[in-house]
Amino acid sequence: MSSTIVSLPDQSTARIPKTNFITKENGILSWLLTGDHKRIAILYLISITFFFFIGGALAGLIRLELLTPQSDLMATDTYNKVFTMHGVVMIFLFLVPSVPATLGNFLIPIMIGAKDLALPKVNLLSWYLYIIGGILVLYTMISGGVDTGWTFTTPLSTHYVNTNVLSTGLAVFIAGFSSIFTGLNFIVTIHKMRAPGMTWFRMPLFVWAHYAASILMVLGTPVLAIAIVLVALERTIGIGVFDPTKGGDPLLFQHLFWFYSHPAVYIMILPGMGVISEVISTFSRKRVFGYTAVAFSSVAIAVFGFFVWEHHMFIMGVSSYSMLVFSLLTMLVAVPSAIKIFNWTFTLYKGSITFETPMLYAFGFMGLFTIGGLTGVFLGTSGTDIHLTETYFIVAHFHFVMVGGMLMAFLSGIHFWWPKITGRMYPEKISQLAALVTFIGFNFTFFPQFILGVLGMPRRYAAYPPEFQILNVFSTAGATILGVGYLLPILYLTWSLKYGEIAGNNPWQATGLEWQIQSPPLTENFIELPVMDHDAYDYEWLERQKEKEVTSVG
Amino acid sequence: MDHISPVFWQFLVKWMTDFALFPPEASKIAPQMDALFFFMVLVSLIGLTIVILLVTSFSILYSKKRHPIAVQIEGSTLLEATWTIIPLGLFLIMFVWGALIYFRVYTPPANAMNIYVVGKQWMWKAEHPGGQHEINSLHVPTGRAVQLTLISQDVFHSFSIPAFRIKREAIPGRYTTVWFEPTTPGTYHLFCTQYCGTSHSAMIGDIVVMTPEDFKKWQQESTSGMSLAQNGERLFSSLSCNACHNGRPDSRGPSLANVYGSKLTLTSGQSATADEAYLRESILNPSEHVTQGYAPIMPTYQGQINEDGVIALVEYIKNLSSNYRVEQTLNTTGLLPEGEGTPAAVKQQPAGKTPAGQGTVKQ
Repeated sequence: MSSTIVSLPDQSTARIPKTNFITKENGILSWLLTGDHKRIAILYLISITFFFFIGGALAGLIRLELLTPQSDLMATDTYNKVFTMHGVVMIFLFLVPSVPATLGNFLIPIMIGAKDLALPKVNLLSWYLYIIGGILVLYTMISGGVDTGWTFTTPLSTHYVNTNVLSTGLAVFIAGFSSIFTGLNFIVTIHKMRAPGMTWFRMPLFVWAHYAASILMVLGTPVLAIAIVLVALERTIGIGVFDPTKGGDPLLFQHLFWFYSHPAVYIMILPGMGVISEVISTFSRKRVFGYTAVAFSSVAIAVFGFFVWEHHMFIMGVSSYSMLVFSLLTMLVAVPSAIKIFNWTFTLYKGSITFETPMLYAFGFMGLFTIGGLTGVFLGTSGTDIHLTETYFIVAHFHFVMVGGMLMAFLSGIHFWWPKITGRMYPEKISQLAALVTFIGFNFTFFPQFILGVLGMPRRYAAYPPEFQILNVFSTAGATILGVGYLLPILYLTWSLKYGEIAGNNPWQATGLEWQIQSPPLTENFIELPVMDHDAYDYEWLERQKEKEVTSVG
Repeated sequence: MDHISPVFWQFLVKWMTDFALFPPEASKIAPQMDALFFFMVLVSLIGLTIVILLVTSFSILYSKKRHPIAVQIEGSTLLEATWTIIPLGLFLIMFVWGALIYFRVYTPPANAMNIYVVGKQWMWKAEHPGGQHEINSLHVPTGRAVQLTLISQDVFHSFSIPAFRIKREAIPGRYTTVWFEPTTPGTYHLFCTQYCGTSHSAMIGDIVVMTPEDFKKWQQESTSGMSLAQNGERLFSSLSCNACHNGRPDSRGPSLANVYGSKLTLTSGQSATADEAYLRESILNPSEHVTQGYAPIMPTYQGQINEDGVIALVEYIKNLSSNYRVEQTLNTTGLLPEGEGTPAAVKQQPAGKTPAGQGTVKQ
């Protein structure tokens, strides 16, 4: 018995199907004016990869500066701009759109048996908005940067810095609409365009996770837009909403900002969780353990996620009684994440597990996300939050969740669906190596930061006391390894576009509807309207299908 | 050792000699917070170990080689309930334990010694009631509860002492408080942990914890000769506050003697307690805080005095128990120099001779 489930067509005879969504039309305009959700997903994939490498280069600069205790590589102002741009680029231009706008865009219509998203033109518009936001961010960077931190804290952002707050604010505002449109499109599509027989509880968990994230995008992002408009008005005409000398309240900004930005964390992580559900099920050949529990835990995260924002402000003189409420709700939102982790673990139980690259990334996700989630509880607990907040502990915590969690899930998903998107396999061995390098590099980079945080090293410091140097050196060394881990996939995935093995329809023997059609898919996705007559992750149904094919061919 | 690069060698030596993993515990709350911290570390480690063990052993036991055919399992309500209830229970323990510590950190005891701290880009200025001023350092005695009343002159700052496990945001336009009881003499880090602009990482300082005897000596050596309240008294007359707030029967402003801590009824009909925040607000934004029976004639002092000045005034009013001195200074207003914050320039003319019990200053 072999230790892989990969089943590829005979390479000597196999061909990529002549008609597919890539070859359907030619020319740059056919891409820039397309309404096809798959092409828009590819546009997004290229653009977010571009911004990921810009954000990554900025992260590299941060780690280089922190190699020594003094602020010697750059002036403190430059350092402040670098970490601000790193945050803005990574959060608004990479993490928020990463899985939903690429994999979600590509897969959600196919997974529910639809031809496209409900509003294809709005989908294209959302990509253009994203690009305008991105160009504005690049403009900001070239014209001198901004140094407010990605949190735009007032009154620093409104009265005390002379940098490009307005262009950055506008960029975030516009990129925010791109994410609102994506969310809206998903909600409408999932409600109205499911194929016959595709009931809510037959949908893949990937779709459930995106549905929950979409609700957060649509309800949360407008509040961020309001907060940014108020900052702009305060900065330009001094309306005084956040200015105590005019009777305003500087804390109000943080309430508005975190009302979006805490749910935004779940916007970023929920789609990643969706990827993990698909991958774990496929590579253990088993239905996801406790399907309904996992589906509802996504919804629970979305609902509770809206009512925990004040835990970012426990030390800021908020009422102690409201602290009690928000701390308690934060504990509640931690539970659904624990439920997911245990359900994925028990999906492995009595499965038939293989260890292809997507699965390795998924294992990485489970380990790192567990650490990221548990350290979140340290910050949700009001007592320990006093000591740990605003230090490197918080930096490490959200990098474990966002990079260790979301980026691992993104890479897992990209490898998993790469054969579907491109029709070709990625090279397996070097990909497994990249997954391992990423995991090791990640822990090396961010684990020392937990210790730094406990020691009290504040975040956003260009210079620090010399006794913190050793741990910072470790962290920078780890970042170098991590950098290699991220460069490898871009190289070998590009290589595989031309030289990868032909994948065939269903290289993983997976059950999702997307695997029952050709790779890359047709523009219309399906030749005939699919009818869903089985549950998601029904591997016995898949076996029966295969037998049928064999008998009919025989 | 020639083949080892000197930089690497230096790094190794440093690693062996100067490597901290856990901050010192130098306040009464620190061991309590650490107990909770280690409880959480323990729970996290157990949780993480369970996940890793399960994933690893399932991966070995049920790899395709050993277990070629998967057994389909729908789920298990019992297991779902287990991993919902146990984490929830543990998180709730942490929530309650954490909240107890939170309330302890932010509820100062009544007998705490109060020090005002003003944060501004990019320094910390501490004002002791005895008139000692410090910049980017804070001297405190062991065995005594010390309360900090923080405010920011400009943007958000955050006053963090890792060795005490305390941290409090300094917010523009609002007093916040935190307290601690130092236990171990020594010098500890003071950090600004809220990003505040260009020199955020230079907004650091030293917390010097001294034995009570050393602290007394330090207090005597570093006093500016005028207590904070005396400083406030000088401001009170130089800003002509005493022209109205003099306690005379026909005065245009309410008497301020013993006003601190009292309940006031405002013209709006609302009632308010005259705490530090109220006193500050009624100096800077008087039209919103008119006591019943008085006309809204007081001008705002917004922009005329900085937060240090307001603190001096607040401290003065807090300690004012009769109008005797207010009446005295009323006659000497013209003689006092302008400006504030430079107490060294002022001879302590009226202050030094204050008879005890005449209602100026508690040291």
